[in-house]
Amino acid sequence: MADISEQLQQQVRSAVDSRRPLSIHARKTKSFYGHPVEGTPLDVSGHNGILHYEPTELVITARAGTPLPVIEQTLAEEGQMLAFEPPHFGEAATLGGTIACNLSGPRRAYAGAARDFVLGCKLINGQGEILQFGGEVMKNVAGYDVSRLMAGALGTLGVLLEVSLKVLPRAESEQTVVLETSDAEAIERMNGWARKPLPITATCYDGASLYVRLAGTQSTIRAARKVIGGEEMPPTRTWWNKLKEQQHAFFSSSKPLWRLSLASNTPPIKLDGKWLYEWGGAQRWLVSEEPAERIRRAVEKVDGHATLYRGAGNIEVFHPLPEAMMKVQRNLKQAFDPERIFNPGRMYKQI
Amino acid sequence: MSTTAKQSTASTTREILIRRFKALLPAEQVLSSAEDLHPYECDGLSAYRKLPLAVVLPDTIEQVQKIVELCAELDVPVVARGAGTGLSGGALPHDQGVLLSLARFNRILQVDPQQRVARVQPGVRNLAISEAAAPFGLYYAPDPSSQIACSIGGNVAENAGGVHCLKYGLTVHNIQQLKVVTIDGELLTIGGSGLDAAGYDLLALMTGSEGMLGVIVEVTVKLLPKPERAQVILAAFDDVVNAGQAVGNIISAGIIPAGLEMMDKLAIQAAEDFVHAGYPVGAAAILLCELDGTNEEVSAHVYQVREILNQSGATEVRTADSEAERMNFWKGRKAAFPAVGRISPDYYCMDGTIPRKHLPEVLRKMADMSKEYDLPVANVFHAGDGNLHPLILYDANKPGELERTEEFGGKILELCVEVGGTITGEHGVGMEKINQMCVQFDALELTQFHAIKNALDPKGLLNPGKAVPTLHRCAEFGAMHVHHGELPFPELDRF
Ligand SMILES: Cc1cc2nc3c(=O)[nH]c(=O)nc-3n(C[C@H](O)[C@H](O)[C@H](O)COP(=O)(O)OP(=O)(O)OC[C@H]3O[C@@H](n4cnc5c(N)ncnc54)[C@H](O)[C@@H]3O)c2cc1C
Repeated sequence: MADISEQLQQQVRSAVDSRRPLSIHARKTKSFYGHPVEGTPLDVSGHNGILHYEPTELVITARAGTPLPVIEQTLAEEGQMLAFEPPHFGEAATLGGTIACNLSGPRRAYAGAARDFVLGCKLINGQGEILQFGGEVMKNVAGYDVSRLMAGALGTLGVLLEVSLKVLPRAESEQTVVLETSDAEAIERMNGWARKPLPITATCYDGASLYVRLAGTQSTIRAARKVIGGEEMPPTRTWWNKLKEQQHAFFSSSKPLWRLSLASNTPPIKLDGKWLYEWGGAQRWLVSEEPAERIRRAVEKVDGHATLYRGAGNIEVFHPLPEAMMKVQRNLKQAFDPERIFNPGRMYKQI
Repeated sequence: MSTTAKQSTASTTREILIRRFKALLPAEQVLSSAEDLHPYECDGLSAYRKLPLAVVLPDTIEQVQKIVELCAELDVPVVARGAGTGLSGGALPHDQGVLLSLARFNRILQVDPQQRVARVQPGVRNLAISEAAAPFGLYYAPDPSSQIACSIGGNVAENAGGVHCLKYGLTVHNIQQLKVVTIDGELLTIGGSGLDAAGYDLLALMTGSEGMLGVIVEVTVKLLPKPERAQVILAAFDDVVNAGQAVGNIISAGIIPAGLEMMDKLAIQAAEDFVHAGYPVGAAAILLCELDGTNEEVSAHVYQVREILNQSGATEVRTADSEAERMNFWKGRKAAFPAVGRISPDYYCMDGTIPRKHLPEVLRKMADMSKEYDLPVANVFHAGDGNLHPLILYDANKPGELERTEEFGGKILELCVEVGGTITGEHGVGMEKINQMCVQFDALELTQFHAIKNALDPKGLLNPGKAVPTLHRCAEFGAMHVHHGELPFPELDRF
């Protein structure tokens, strides 16, 4: 537990005065994500601790440097959880990094993304001012939704100091079933189930097997199993955990790893490489050496976008934006960080 | 400028505008006579009225682009309007500006049951989306009580909620893509067909931005499968505190009801007199708890919730056994506003949100203020998510009563902020709560909001004067509210 906000604010102010960029980090578990940043390190990991947690209000507020496992453990003790099931990518993962990257795990398609659970935040903007937006209540439309805008901004708009999140109760029980199918059939099935009120909380297709996680009361799961079929798989928690932490064998390749985000019912895309589908088909991982332009063109055709999740070389990590959209993004960057102090270039060269 | 000089410039601008609009749009889509403008003089908050220079009713995106470009060229403010059901004066016209009505954008462009989305024009009514999706067993979850009338564009602009948002989220959680015309007349596609998009989350920024950042010309919403079963429980309490406690107890038990609503004595009475839903008149509060999901889950939860309600001191617990009875239970709640409208010449609907644990304290202080201002209050409350709708009963024909009501309302909102809540949960700031924004945010935060506005609308032509107060306005408002001899904005002179 420590409050180092004044120190962080001082560091930001001197960076603004000297116009020297900062590379914001905590425990660096997500430093692979986005372009490398050249700048003086600004370490927020010392700013940590849970500030409020009210199980009956379904809200937790913690400082950005709070380790994710600490938060999850605290919630678990009250039978609650972060419903977006964030990947950690290392024991040391922090809340701030998770929100800044807007990372969500297998439950995303069924419960919402990190940004959906953000209720409020405190941040330092690019003028070294400490500001607070949103709050600790579920419904709040006073002012623009700055808190959600921070999710996924990769620290380029501000230094997150505190985040308030909506939390949810854990389900009474969980079960995973496995079915053998083709890729096209897997997509069809996942989308078919999504049109029915079924208690599905995760899906994954690894090229041969379709994994479906069910959660709820035991009787609910029993009834859903009749609709879904398949074989029961025993140790489910560790399996889904490995998947979200990218410790599944699929992710062990040294080739570039792409993340494609598209309409869940898009038929299989013809690009060479190995595929793994999640989120009912809306998130597709591709391990491939296909040229970036080819991948991006293919995904644009179906109105999606592609991120070079892991991989090196001189390739844009995030999907290039149309000029009119880039202009708005640049203007927003300017609104928060006029001197371009925070993580310049981590997301796009222009911001 | 003298008043007459000002008037004559305005009238020339007006004439030029109307002439140029008529070159862009068929004559019947440009309204300018006082008689034609009157229906647009206010939104659902009728205490605020103004006539715009003109009303335009485009029906293509290209027309919207041209209208906005023209307004930008002539430096004329543009106020977008959906169905005009807003309760905060968000769609109140600007007297030197144009009112851009999206009423003609009323087509459902596509319902895609495979992808579970509907692509609609912004003027489509909220309920019409669920009706169009119903044949596929799907629906659009956010259900504001105004859903038969309000438009989806207005819902996005306000981030509208509803009775079911505790479980299914607000508008921001249920939309996937927007098409927005910027002040440059540029058409932006925000979001995408997947669950996320590259770059900053403009979908979140646009949602709830009250027409200040762009004109929404198309919305793609997510559709959900209709739950297999929904059942509602009605519980009566002889003490509001127990009812509040019961809400916490249900949630602590790991149950997220689809809806969890509370009404107080006056609201129960008014609703019962109006629709005869069979509410326990005389109870201090009732809770309506709707549980939905699979058949098995609902059975299990109904049993559990009944136990919890009894243990929390409910004096009566009823479960609706049929769909007809369920609708009947809801009827009173849904008619609560008009019901209150029957017992009082006027009422003023507030919209604060508080952390639920402060409910007893807030209700008590509100009751005290009600005595102090000599104005009765009926409470309707989205209890699950802490969103209060106190309805202040008043008579606009009695001199000074509206002013007293507004002051009382403002005090309620300040109380919400004091206990860690917010001045608006779902109705937006608009014109109405602009002063209370100065209570919730400090000068630095407001300045950041203005910077965001400036990023998208540098000339400040989109719905100017709403949602975010100028620091000057706060200083004036602050001066009226000097606490302990201290101005709330001592740092103001720095700006
Ligand atoms: C009886 C009653 C019950 C209500 N219940 C609820 C409720 O349960 N939950 C809730 O959230 N609200 C409720 N409301 C408030 C209101 O219905 C909502 O705020 C609704 O979202 C407004 O939609 P509208 O189409 O009427 O918008 P309008 O009133 O026309 O406009 C609202 C705001 O949105 C802007 N706007 C509208 N269309 C666009 C567009 N296409 N592009 C850009 N900006 C636009 C306007 O400029 C304005 O600032 C209720 C209102 C009434 C009268």
